[in-house]
Amino acid sequence: MTSVSSDSHMWNLVFLQLLLEENGGKVINLGACAPDELVMSECLRIRPDALVISTVNGHGHIDGLRLIRKIRGHAVLASMKVVIGGKLGVHGSRQAGSRAELVANGFDAVFEADADLDRFLDCLGLGTPPPRRVASTDIRST
Amino acid sequence: MAPPTGPGRFTRFVRRASSEGKLVVQPRMGFGTVEQMRAGLDAVRTVDAATVGTITVDSYTRVNDHASALLALEEGADLNGFPLVAHGAAATRELLAGIAGDDFPVQVRHGSALPGALFEGLVAAGIDATEGGPVSYCLPYSRVPLAQAVDAWAECCEMLAGISEPVHLESFGGCMLGQLCPPSLLISLSILEGLFFREHGLRDISLSYAQQTNQQQDIEAIRALRSLAKEWLGDTDWHAVLYTYMGVYPRSRQGAYGLLEDSARLAARSGTERLIVKTAVEASRIPSITENVDALERAARAAEREAVAEPAGIPDSGIYEEAQAIITHTLTLGSDVGKALVRAFALGHLDIPFCLHQDNANRCRARIDDRGRLTWADPAGVPIPRARDLAGNRRRLTARGLIDMLSYNERRYDNPSRISHPR
Repeated sequence: MTSVSSDSHMWNLVFLQLLLEENGGKVINLGACAPDELVMSECLRIRPDALVISTVNGHGHIDGLRLIRKIRGHAVLASMKVVIGGKLGVHGSRQAGSRAELVANGFDAVFEADADLDRFLDCLGLGTPPPRRVASTDIRST
Repeated sequence: MAPPTGPGRFTRFVRRASSEGKLVVQPRMGFGTVEQMRAGLDAVRTVDAATVGTITVDSYTRVNDHASALLALEEGADLNGFPLVAHGAAATRELLAGIAGDDFPVQVRHGSALPGALFEGLVAAGIDATEGGPVSYCLPYSRVPLAQAVDAWAECCEMLAGISEPVHLESFGGCMLGQLCPPSLLISLSILEGLFFREHGLRDISLSYAQQTNQQQDIEAIRALRSLAKEWLGDTDWHAVLYTYMGVYPRSRQGAYGLLEDSARLAARSGTERLIVKTAVEASRIPSITENVDALERAARAAEREAVAEPAGIPDSGIYEEAQAIITHTLTLGSDVGKALVRAFALGHLDIPFCLHQDNANRCRARIDDRGRLTWADPAGVPIPRARDLAGNRRRLTARGLIDMLSYNERRYDNPSRISHPR
């Protein structure tokens, strides 16, 4: 789990770590302001089942796109599950097209600020009810 | 160059307003382009209240990623603040021409652990007020090692102190992570950063405190801050600045304004000279200019209606003694304030609850009690008088429990009829 390079927010990361751990996840929390290079090198070292990116400062769309292009362009990390969520732009949830662009560039799912946490956990194969198969369009519609 | 004497423009303005019984209100406002930023400052300047302007920088500038800020400007992407370094001193000077002055000082707000380039840029643009601090802009806002931030801030303070016109510097120490940091710790960090500023030549400062969850407790805390400031920083020009609640904000317009107006009343009742406001849309996005103007006017009117300083019957729960103990102990840990701060965090004697920075012990814990007061759950290594009684007093924190505490003000202001205290 990580934030993006320009985002210093922390409560989202503290909360998500607790949530994921309570639902059976093992979490390595890289914390705030993680540079792309650190996220990449830690993913290569740890080889996680999934990378969760949480960001709320409004640059998540820009920084998230830059990071996912690097991840998908990397031979080893190209197939890693990567989801992003939070407040991704500076205009609240009025940015039509932003989510689609993030998905088109390689995110497996995008969860905006009011997304349902069960669906987030489902997407990562965690939580109750037990993980079920969710159509990709379903995951991406939050 | 001889150090400047007497307060600078920013403090002179605050003093004047205070002597007229007015609370200075200030937005947190930053836009990417010069045009938007100028429109924002212009609107704040003409608000019917004693206002100072704010240029909040964007978060690329905060982490010294000026290339990304420049790229965003070139591509017309939205930024969450004003990229002062990317725009450059000339454009910033132009932005302020005819706006900033004795009747409308402007402060740059940022969040940078390594503010060298930013400070050089703002000084070159003729700006004479900013804020932050070696701890308060390192641990919650960066991955920079604390010792490195302390060195950078020492250098930056000395640079500001060498300017012929006094530059105002505000400590952000009263706002660590916005919420769930006990009041005595907030106050201690404000005073300690103030001492650090003074040690590096600055004499025109302000000390911050962020509204928490209980007004009586906040009044006690601000009174303690003022007493400690007189004792420790009496030879500087200082004033107090209050931040409207910096944690999870109410979603409803009514709830958001309720919390804002309570902070304005708190400022008035505690004799605080300046208030940094939040808007009605804080919970969901970066506010527009109009929303900022509304918030400033609301806050100013609420403070005017209150206008009682030093109310009778302030409770005493020991905040002053705790803060005095933390400050005194910290200063024994190094030959100067910077070294003492670094050592105190390394030992866990200063410790910010829930802060993930690698130089923070993250062992102490706070909680909101059944009266809505923000208290220590477990002070861990923080040397407060009651530490022994409270040590180890923690139950396992769940995600639900954390959200309950984080959303305490959101709940009670959005649903005033359904006040429930977190356990």
